[in-house]
Amino acid sequence: MAEDADRKEVAEKRRHRLFKYLRKEVLPTAFCPGCGCGIVLNCYAHAVDELQLDPNDIVAVTGIGCSSWIPSPYFLGDTLHTTHGRPIPFATGVKVMQPDKTVVVIAGDGDLIGIGGNHLIHAARRNIDIKVFLVNNLIYGMTGGQLAPTTPLGISTTTSPHGNVEHPFEIAELVAAAGASYVARWTTYHVFPLMESMQKALTKKGFCFLEIRSQCPISYGRRVGQRTGSEALQEYKESSVRIEDAAEMSPEELEGKIIIGKLIEREKEEFTGNLRKLNVELRTKKTGRSPEEWSLS
Amino acid sequence: MKGNDKIRREYLSRFANRSYFMQGDESVAYGSLYAGCDFFAGYPITPASEVAEVMSAELPRVDGYYIQMEDELASLSAVIGAVWAGAKGMTATSGPGFSLMQENIGYAVMTETPCVIVNVQRSGPSTGQATKPAQGDIMQARWGTHGDHEIIALAPNSVQECFELAIEAFNLSEEYRTPVIILMDGEVGHMREKIIMPPLDKVKIRERKLATGDELLFGGELIPPMAEFGVGRFIHVTGSTHKESGIRDVESQQAHHTLVTRLCKKIADNRDRIIRFEENHLEDADFVVISYGATARPAAGAVLRARGEGKKIGMLRLITIWPFPESKVRELGARVKKIFVPEMNLGQLSREIERFVKCEVIPIPKIGGIAHTIDEIYSALKGEV
Amino acid sequence: MIEIDEELCKGCGICVDFCPLKVFETSDKINSRGYYPPLPVKEKDCVGCRLCELLCPEFSIIIINE
Repeated sequence: MAEDADRKEVAEKRRHRLFKYLRKEVLPTAFCPGCGCGIVLNCYAHAVDELQLDPNDIVAVTGIGCSSWIPSPYFLGDTLHTTHGRPIPFATGVKVMQPDKTVVVIAGDGDLIGIGGNHLIHAARRNIDIKVFLVNNLIYGMTGGQLAPTTPLGISTTTSPHGNVEHPFEIAELVAAAGASYVARWTTYHVFPLMESMQKALTKKGFCFLEIRSQCPISYGRRVGQRTGSEALQEYKESSVRIEDAAEMSPEELEGKIIIGKLIEREKEEFTGNLRKLNVELRTKKTGRSPEEWSLS
Repeated sequence: MKGNDKIRREYLSRFANRSYFMQGDESVAYGSLYAGCDFFAGYPITPASEVAEVMSAELPRVDGYYIQMEDELASLSAVIGAVWAGAKGMTATSGPGFSLMQENIGYAVMTETPCVIVNVQRSGPSTGQATKPAQGDIMQARWGTHGDHEIIALAPNSVQECFELAIEAFNLSEEYRTPVIILMDGEVGHMREKIIMPPLDKVKIRERKLATGDELLFGGELIPPMAEFGVGRFIHVTGSTHKESGIRDVESQQAHHTLVTRLCKKIADNRDRIIRFEENHLEDADFVVISYGATARPAAGAVLRARGEGKKIGMLRLITIWPFPESKVRELGARVKKIFVPEMNLGQLSREIERFVKCEVIPIPKIGGIAHTIDEIYSALKGEV
Repeated sequence: MIEIDEELCKGCGICVDFCPLKVFETSDKINSRGYYPPLPVKEKDCVGCRLCELLCPEFSIIIINE
């Protein structure tokens, strides 16, 4: 019995370490049973715990949707829960003013790709040092399962009741092409590489983007025969292909597969650093009209 | 005191007591720099682009930051983010961009984020006469974002006043923790006039009230203190209905009622401190012209001409459009026979005036991108007084 | 060693389904929120890989590796 109590205590200490990064007063989460958002939250807490980041040094910014609840309200740290689709430009303002903070955006596909897609590619183009974790569940889950720009062709949703006639985005590829410093794609089944990838993104300078394929058993899964979180994870396990292997496969062979792994990692000048460099340069060298020159008197 | 304050003061001191010939757009930008603005995010649009042009040139020199965003939604978003990270932030736009900003104006109201939005009004709806001035956003400034709210909007009528009201706009936004709109018009924005820049120490800046301990950031008093990111408060900022701690509470009717009524009350209860207007020849007036912005200039000319002919007519120039100076207008309405309202729209402010007076309200509307002339306003008055 | 906070669990069953060594079974006792938490019936088979700890959406499982 004494040993049992010890174990409990050790476990509580460990859990407490993870909860250091969370607002305990709002737990347990409001996520549905088996939701991928909880797994992403868990991997994030493990990642920041491994890195021993100080919650004081993290600003989390998010938009509207279930996955926006991962940081807001669950993350401890300064949190900005913004309008739908706009977390990246809000985060841009934060990062420019506080470049020493780790600025993390966690939001969903509807938010970051649907209504906010333009901001995503522009932030990647600027290569601003923001960490974007996209929780891609292929659907508008919070509002009850409407068509998303990530929903696969043919799937019926509440707003594509006769089957989706649109092609979905290949979002990680798009962000890599737009100029990000680091891009990877994982699923909520691949928790260990996902956690490592999060650590990589949190520590690498520049725009870092993770696409995390995640399950929504309630609003998406049940439409495609995956009524539980486990059924979705099983699919992720079976249909994922490492990017190195995918390079050897034909488009036909890759049909319906999820390509996982690191798409890109490169060194590139970072936006807020460039802004600061400019300010320093202007103080040492004279450019443009001086106020005295163009005065009338 | 901010880290960049010394650099800013040193640079701006070179402008002190000098006179310049510049546009209203440029002047509003310099006024903002004087007010301590150190962050600007915007998207180019005529007739407001000159604000961004000055800011992009001057902000780096005062160790501030200018960012050109991908659209107006992103612009105000970045401003609000920067303000929570310690900036004094602003953006500038015109009609179409102002329409795009409406959702985030509501966010700034709901999250009590001080920021300044310059709207150099142009002819609409839609693309309208893209480069030409108008005063058609009076009601959009008031009611553009959804939900119950109060807003502060100021309307300068000269290049010098653009400078002064920029400072006032920042002061009001910090004092009341609310977005403030500078409702310019394309006329005043693109007009060139002489302006004299004051010494920085002659300018009164009302600074942000910051929490010193663990005060509530979203309630507890009419205007709670703010805290900035990174000071260990673990601030939770949300546009959803929230408790006084900032944590979301969208279920409680009481929480929403408490929050939204307080947000309205903090402006409404301070009307008298916020509202500014200019009175001319009102003592003996039987008739009054109420105008604002660039239109107030020909309106003043027409009033002078009519007075030269012995007419008992005066003028009220609104500097604060919102909150609306209803007690002043009500008082005037009770003692004059007619109120004339020249404006560069089909009668937006005149309708607001009608709500508070029993006397006749005669709009003198003009649209099409060309400002009223003195003659036009004078002829409209002549037959009526 | 496996420590489960049964009160945090929402009974999704991911741990039961994905443990490579099939350590868990679903308990037949419900928690106070009406969910069936996992029971580590074959705890001695656990090699401490922590897959269940990371896959759990609710922070319910903690693995202690001495």
